[in-house]
Amino acid sequence: MSGIAVSTTINGDEVEYLCQAEETLLDVLRDRLGLTGAKEGCGTGDCGACSVILDGRLVCSCLVLGAEAQGARVETIEGMAQGDTLHPLQTKFLEHAALQCGVCTPGFLMAAKALLDANPDPTEEEIRFGLAGNLCRCTGYDKIVRAVQDAAREMNGG
Amino acid sequence: MSFDATYHDQIYKSVGTRPVRPDGVDKVTGRARYGADFNMPGQLVGRILRSPHAHARIVSIDTARAEALKGVKAVVTAADLPDLSDGDQSHYDLLDNCMARTKAFYDGHAVAAVAAIDAQTARKALKLIEVDYEVLPHVVDVDEAVQPSAPVLHDTIFTGGVEPKPTTPSNVAARAEFGHGDVDAGFEDADFIVERSFKTEQTHQGYIEPHACVASVNPDGTAELWVCTQGHFVYRQKCAELLGMDVSKLRVTSSEIGGGFGGKTHVWMEPVALALSRKAGRPVKLVMSRDEVFRASGPTSATSVDVKIGARQDGRITAASAELRYSCGPYADIWAELGAMTSFACYDLENVNTVGYEVLVNRPKTAAYRAPSAPMAAFAVESAIDELAQKLGIDPVAFRIKNAAREGTRSSYGPVYGPIGIGPTLEAAQTHAHMQAPLGPNQGRGMACGFWFNFGGQTCTDLNVNSDGTVTLAVGTVDVGGARASLSLVAAEELGIPYETVKTVVADTATLGYNDMTDGSRGTFSSSMATISSARNAIEVMRNRAALMWDISIEDVVWEDGQAKAIGSTHDNLAPLSIKEIAEASGKTGGPIAGHSEMVADGAGVSFATHICDVEVDPETGGTKILRYTVIQDAGKAVHPDYVEGQYQGGAAQGIGWALNEEYVYGQDGRLQNPGFLDYRIPVCSDLPMIDTQILEIPNPNHPYGVRGVGETSIVPPLAAIANAVSNAVGVRMTHIPMSPPRILAALDAQPTA
Amino acid sequence: MVEVTLWGSLAALVDGQKQIEVDAKDIRELFRKLAERYPALRGPIENDIAVSVDGVIYRDSWSKELPEDAEIFLMRRLVGG
Repeated sequence: MSGIAVSTTINGDEVEYLCQAEETLLDVLRDRLGLTGAKEGCGTGDCGACSVILDGRLVCSCLVLGAEAQGARVETIEGMAQGDTLHPLQTKFLEHAALQCGVCTPGFLMAAKALLDANPDPTEEEIRFGLAGNLCRCTGYDKIVRAVQDAAREMNGG
Repeated sequence: MSFDATYHDQIYKSVGTRPVRPDGVDKVTGRARYGADFNMPGQLVGRILRSPHAHARIVSIDTARAEALKGVKAVVTAADLPDLSDGDQSHYDLLDNCMARTKAFYDGHAVAAVAAIDAQTARKALKLIEVDYEVLPHVVDVDEAVQPSAPVLHDTIFTGGVEPKPTTPSNVAARAEFGHGDVDAGFEDADFIVERSFKTEQTHQGYIEPHACVASVNPDGTAELWVCTQGHFVYRQKCAELLGMDVSKLRVTSSEIGGGFGGKTHVWMEPVALALSRKAGRPVKLVMSRDEVFRASGPTSATSVDVKIGARQDGRITAASAELRYSCGPYADIWAELGAMTSFACYDLENVNTVGYEVLVNRPKTAAYRAPSAPMAAFAVESAIDELAQKLGIDPVAFRIKNAAREGTRSSYGPVYGPIGIGPTLEAAQTHAHMQAPLGPNQGRGMACGFWFNFGGQTCTDLNVNSDGTVTLAVGTVDVGGARASLSLVAAEELGIPYETVKTVVADTATLGYNDMTDGSRGTFSSSMATISSARNAIEVMRNRAALMWDISIEDVVWEDGQAKAIGSTHDNLAPLSIKEIAEASGKTGGPIAGHSEMVADGAGVSFATHICDVEVDPETGGTKILRYTVIQDAGKAVHPDYVEGQYQGGAAQGIGWALNEEYVYGQDGRLQNPGFLDYRIPVCSDLPMIDTQILEIPNPNHPYGVRGVGETSIVPPLAAIANAVSNAVGVRMTHIPMSPPRILAALDAQPTA
Repeated sequence: MVEVTLWGSLAALVDGQKQIEVDAKDIRELFRKLAERYPALRGPIENDIAVSVDGVIYRDSWSKELPEDAEIFLMRRLVGG
């Protein structure tokens, strides 16, 4: 079985892999590279649990082919903290108890990061629409929205 | 040592605070390992072949071509899962649901499974399995299934609980009746009566993590199972029974669980994964797709409920009755019975009667969904209560307060209540600012009450005091939403040490005694009780060690603020010994220090909630927007208030989805039309407002800290609260859940024009 | 002697009776005597019955003592989510 050779950058590191034509980026991340932080909740782009940032754009990695990552920059949850320093969003998710089961959390954090990267001072409505592609079944979103608001405040210098 | 579970009022240092959870960093960095995040050497990929028919006899299955495919290592059918039920019907039903034996009972019912070297090969193999079906007439609707003309699922089932015993088989598996007094006389006394029929559609728990496991059976008969579950000890028991294994040979480790809400209390494909591994001689990973989760795990019942309530002009209810039909899927269960028990549990009624009918239909096996069966009954009852209040011209909250159950009330399901919180939640609602907020055009406010039993069960914990004085707590109840934080708080409280020095972990089945599942809102209730007991046992050991170190009698040692103190005039010059000092010396005073606990944590207190909701309905589209939502619920004692609020908010959000949008849609062919998150749409962030919470603390007398279960009750009131709000907004009584835009428009169109 | 009320679908297993008098000091003895008198209850007692004693529901505490004047209900074992 031949594969497609892909060179890409994941969380700042150069990575090379072989994948099949039909393999998704999510499959590659999880099964070939051991990056299991992105989750498969649906496989159809409806739940956002597999969210990653591809060349600065938030995507569902289950809807991207592994081969499409050629030459791209991929950011995943595993690269969000800088060494042992958590990203402010990660810290605020913990402080606000913005997770219960936590399986949607990596996707929410990537989506929230993409949102704040583009719009550092969003309104509540902008946050709610910015995160509308990510499903959480435990929290009712209340504490997630509050965590993102608080993180934005802190990142803007309080 | 006997354990005193009686409630004692006390000032708390740790309990009631809001620290960061011990498993938190793993979850925000992607390191936490869920069901599908685990792999074993040589692991194969499992896939299941499912029936495309709602009801069909399986004439034959030919697996030869699949087995011959290169890379296929095992194919299993029901023949590989022998019937060991020995007359135990629930065992047989579970086995039959895991792998259909003679008939496929629903679209998605498993009929065969393969294990192959990769997913592509496994998918190809499924296509090579030839199943010869004889398609049978089917029935999916709960009201149609009870008709004499309906296709009968099982010709061996005759309605139980009726006299004389029926002689023809029926889809009504059982009838159950509750109540007291004389409802006919009560209705005679009534000045006003409301009588209505209500329907709710089937919904799914909708956990984001699909079912996933890795099974590994060794040639010597020992086996390991890594699985996302609400109860790994129960999964061990069920899998061992179904496969004829010794319990001790099967070690089950619960992964982090990505939501369950009752849906991960049953085994679905785990026994199949074990059977595949046993046949292939290699580990097998089996992960459901979202489509499979919807079609073939366990959603809640679809229901049809008739309610009648009568009251006097003075606002006192004189009689109440309900007849409830709940779908069970293809196997008999007690869903209608639970609905019949809970329907009128909020009220103090002289005359009440409820009758539940368990209805078999060609849909997946019904499983528990958060306070199972209660939300649908509450929808019917609380809608009728609201309508009755309107007829009487009484404020709906005041009407409920006047008729609310209290301590000493005989509940509609039998027992007399101890101290309960329905009255206080209603009074809090009455004075809540939300109730006074102004409403605009096309807006409506609704409120409703809800009840859930809560229960406890078998529980076992181990508390180890490490050599540096830190503590490791091993529990056996799966943490579904922050319980490790709560249990660390409880251990810290009881020992008198900082929260940060306690680490709680969930032990696997080989390293701790049996624990019942995390269901019935029991996780924190039961395991906190066992944790308190373990801590008290460890304190006894530490008092003993301190006495040895001081060379005094243990009677002269007390435990206070995380240290041993000597009492009595002869010892008062002794400086206290901290837990750290005692732990450091433990090697020389008798070895490691631990406290163990094994118990049946019974005595969980019943729980009540009142919800208030404002909506705006667009008369053009029939779309409903939730404007404001308030949850008021009794927690007994909120151990970690953040996670108590989280349970309240999460239950409300699930209820909002159920009330407005979520439903299983079946086609004429009996196939599920919307088995995906796009078409089965659960609420997203932009659908909801902030959800306000108010925690009441009415201590449970049967728990040392007064803790009650909190997880489930919050899903009980929303269907009714939102239905009342929508009804008030549009001026038409809504009787069919979900109140999707087409249903609201139809209700508006059916109104006579003014 | 305690009076036991059988509730819901359980009444059908004891010839439709709702109230039964049993001489029992705890839940264990109650179950033993009920199983002797009504064989149809044997299966459910093993894993399908809960006992309400003065309003508190016991699922597995078979050593729970039953005071003479206690109010006792047998019901189906609850399930939860």
